[in-house]
Amino acid sequence: MDDLDRIVDNALADFAACRDPAGLENAKAKYLGKTGTLTTRLKGLGQLPQAERAAAGAGINAAKAKLEDALAARREALAEAKLAAQLGADALDVSLPGRGRGNGGLHPLTRTLERIEALFRSLGFDVADGPEIEDDFHNFTALNTPENHPARSMHDTFYVDGGMVLRTHTSPIQIRYMETHTPPIRIIAPGRVYRVDSDATHSPMFHQVEGLWIADDVSFADLKGVFSEFLRNFFERDDVTLRFRPSFFPFTEPSAEIDMRFGDGGWLEVAGAGQVHPNVLRMMNIDPERWQGFAFGMGPDRLAMLRYGVDDLRLFYENDLRFLRQFA
Amino acid sequence: MRFSERWLRTLVDPPLDTTGLCDALTMAGLEVEDVAAAAPPFSGVVVGRIESVEKHPGADRLRVCTVDVGDPQRLTIVCGAPNAAAGLLVACAVDGAQLPGGLAIGRTNVRGVESQGMLCSARELGLSEDADGLLELRAPLAPGRDLRQALALDDALISVKLTPNRPDCLSMAGIAREVAAITGVPAALPAIAPVRIDSDATRGVRIEDEDACPRFASRIIEDIDARAPTPAWMKERIERSGIRSISAVVDITNYVMLELGQPLHAYDARLLAGDIVVRFARDGEQLTLLNGQRLDLEPDLLLVCDSAKPLGLAGIMGGEHSGIAGDTTTVFLEGAFWNPAVIQGKMRRLGFASDAGYRFERGVDFALGPAGVERATQLIVDVCGGRAGPLSDITGPLPPRKAILLRSERATRLLGVALAPDTIADVFRRLALPFARQGDDFIVTPPSYRFDLAIEEDLIEEVARIHGYDAIPAAPGRHLQQMLPAPERLRGVAQLRRHLAALDWQEVITFSFVASGVEAALDPAAKPLTVLNPIAAQLDVMRTTLVPGLVEVLQTNLKRKLPRIRIFETGRVFLREGIAQPVRIGGLAFGPADPEQWGAAPRQVDFFDVKGDLEALAAPLFLTTRSSLRPWLHPGRSAEVMIDRKLAGWIGELHPRLVRHFDLPSAPIVFELDAGALSCLPLPHGHTASRFPAVRRDIAIIVNENIAVQDILDALDNVKPAAVESLRIFDVYRGPELPRGRKSVAILVLMRDTQRTLTDEDSDAIVALLRSTLQDRFDATLR
Repeated sequence: MDDLDRIVDNALADFAACRDPAGLENAKAKYLGKTGTLTTRLKGLGQLPQAERAAAGAGINAAKAKLEDALAARREALAEAKLAAQLGADALDVSLPGRGRGNGGLHPLTRTLERIEALFRSLGFDVADGPEIEDDFHNFTALNTPENHPARSMHDTFYVDGGMVLRTHTSPIQIRYMETHTPPIRIIAPGRVYRVDSDATHSPMFHQVEGLWIADDVSFADLKGVFSEFLRNFFERDDVTLRFRPSFFPFTEPSAEIDMRFGDGGWLEVAGAGQVHPNVLRMMNIDPERWQGFAFGMGPDRLAMLRYGVDDLRLFYENDLRFLRQFA
Repeated sequence: MRFSERWLRTLVDPPLDTTGLCDALTMAGLEVEDVAAAAPPFSGVVVGRIESVEKHPGADRLRVCTVDVGDPQRLTIVCGAPNAAAGLLVACAVDGAQLPGGLAIGRTNVRGVESQGMLCSARELGLSEDADGLLELRAPLAPGRDLRQALALDDALISVKLTPNRPDCLSMAGIAREVAAITGVPAALPAIAPVRIDSDATRGVRIEDEDACPRFASRIIEDIDARAPTPAWMKERIERSGIRSISAVVDITNYVMLELGQPLHAYDARLLAGDIVVRFARDGEQLTLLNGQRLDLEPDLLLVCDSAKPLGLAGIMGGEHSGIAGDTTTVFLEGAFWNPAVIQGKMRRLGFASDAGYRFERGVDFALGPAGVERATQLIVDVCGGRAGPLSDITGPLPPRKAILLRSERATRLLGVALAPDTIADVFRRLALPFARQGDDFIVTPPSYRFDLAIEEDLIEEVARIHGYDAIPAAPGRHLQQMLPAPERLRGVAQLRRHLAALDWQEVITFSFVASGVEAALDPAAKPLTVLNPIAAQLDVMRTTLVPGLVEVLQTNLKRKLPRIRIFETGRVFLREGIAQPVRIGGLAFGPADPEQWGAAPRQVDFFDVKGDLEALAAPLFLTTRSSLRPWLHPGRSAEVMIDRKLAGWIGELHPRLVRHFDLPSAPIVFELDAGALSCLPLPHGHTASRFPAVRRDIAIIVNENIAVQDILDALDNVKPAAVESLRIFDVYRGPELPRGRKSVAILVLMRDTQRTLTDEDSDAIVALLRSTLQDRFDATLR
């Protein structure tokens, strides 16, 4: 049986030497094919004496099984190697950046306005809107500022065709809202406003957020409470202090300017406010003995400057995309 | 209103330093805007008298002065000023002096002569810009006296930003009253007594409209010396209040206005003919004002006239030819009260302002006229000499002072802090408001100088103000006891903005006013609303589209070499028709479609890139486009945008004409949509998805080039049976093997039934129906 062992040894060596599945099949044919060495041996069993056949057959079959196991193993090894090569070839430079479309962003003032809206909505304030070209009635007269009132000179007004003005504040939205709603009323109204003024701290177009809360007992103390809570949450700082300072607006009485500061820094004016003037309520058919409340008008542009460390208002309206992208 | 702190302290002197005083004013509603020193810091400067002036032996332009600075030892000082003269009183910086800007003065040798100090100009001391020679001081000032003391330079000029409701604080007396109320320190206002009458000269005064002029106090003063100099103390006070010194009589009228708040007018009596008449202007009358402005008078302008001519605009400004001159000897002095309603708005209309008009249109104390005339008369007699005639005081219906009820309970409710009636009474006492108490309530009669007190809330504000806004606690937040509605079918602008940002668009905010030239270039037929008083010539109309702002942002950023620009804005546009102000969403894309990157071949952004973004923005609403002309868009590369079949905006490439006009390197794609068209969404309704498999069939047709693919889809949509789940274009091909002017369109048809699996016969029938529709409608060749 030395001969059979040699055949097996040769076959195993041949299989191991094969580098691809085709070669392996050729090698297999050499031993197990129709004229393969082992096949020939099997066919030759009939020539052997009866007594030897069984033992010889068993030997050949054992060798054949050995070869088939080796073949299977070798096939699997070759497939593994091929897959490994494939995976190597498939490998990416995973550090390359993603195939991107780029990302846009919101304007910092929009971001600020949305933040203000969210904070006031959480207090139950609804958001109202109104036209930017206003009539004299809503911008002035209904706000207790009749024609020729000296308070009109507090606003440098833009005039457009047809006796209309560009609204000088968001306060006319109060009026428009009260025309169509009855108390209790709790709204804020953000929007663009316009005044004839232009320098590093004034833009001829800027933003305001109006606030109005009318109910049976809304007091000046509530104004202080709401506005303080708002500013602390807007800036996410506890060292915000507020100062309410007597002032004058025709549509509020008492009136206040609201100043704020961080720590012991300088005071910054951020809003005008006060208890809604009874003449304004009466004009809207609201009984001032029954209902009362506060209104405020704040400057979100100023708040955005403070929040994001912007030192020149004009940057917001210049729209240099390199500036704007910092807020994306 | 600007005033000298020293002057104020002569009237009321609370134990507060300048900062404390300013804080107190600000917190009482008199906002201090600015505090400036009357003079910058300097030291070692004294009053000196030049005793002699000699030529400098070694320099033609220099002179050697001997100066008395109060020491027996005279100083020798070299000086180049042309006005150095013996006898002159000057500001002398002695050895060791520190001048503004850190300049130290010591002994120096000037071309061989030792100079022991320096004689100063006003500019060198920071007192004015005047550098022409030495500051000349006026006697009597003793040599050697410290200059800061001698000229009262250690003073603060306080500027207060007064709100329009407080004209009573437009005077020193008013500010002093206010400081007294805030601090509780009593004010000592000047006592005004009637002057001695030395003349019986009078002039008749006739008031034609008593409502317009409820009070007119006047007096003749004879034999004055109009050339007498204004006293130094008065000059100092009016100049520190920002009013230029002119002549004694004019300075005195200004001084009394600043001191008491009563504007006065002085006329040269020689130039007056007959009686004084107060009346409204007549048609065709003209008047030249002191400022040289010539007016055609309108009948609502109130005039002070004599029997022949208008003399001036009542309460606003005098005329050119009736004022005080150097040779005036007889003065007619007027101290009137004009109804604010008659003055209001007139200066704005005429385009100028005056101190008197500013006060009268806000309201001057109507009790003050006679006192103002008395005070000015006394000062004129003291300074210019002269003999005063009797005071004339004509009064008509003065403004009523209605008593106001203040309920303590109401004050507590409005302010949100409990206020004891005694606290309220104390506030009224400090403000010197006359009141009567009825239990917890008060009846307050406003004084003649408080035009701002008319209703209960005005008094509540006074209580809060003097009690202190700081003393009102901030109430803890109170939350609404009901939920805010959250309409799910509404898509707000905020949502659209965020979606566009996620689609790689950067938001910008541009001005609502734009250049008329740009509007006209975009659309010659546009009729934008005009801004009548634009802030700048190139911002003279209201935008009718968002395009001008977007193009400007494009230009700004191209200048900064940004290669790829994708911007959008949400905001109103303004249309003349009905002054409609719809909210629009507009965008502009320029340059490469994608950021430059390794993984995508560079190509320019095109119509379909932007349309794809808009489809994504509109979803679930269905966005389609159809060819349509807009003057600012490329006619072949632009379209109207329809949302659910309704016109919602437009999209397209900027017209080549405008690409040249705006000097752009290539054409941007622009769009504008009506925000409202995107805002109404259907509430989703969930159906069970079909369990049965879909069948896909493709239809390829050849049609004429001019047939819009959307029309093909629409036609199929109209005839398709329910089993057709979707129809999509998956290929459009043009090539030489097709007939000229024809294109190939490939359509994917996806079919599915909810109840059963579709058979081949079912789908064949559907496809046959669609194909015949295409043949009939579009002359399509089937492939």
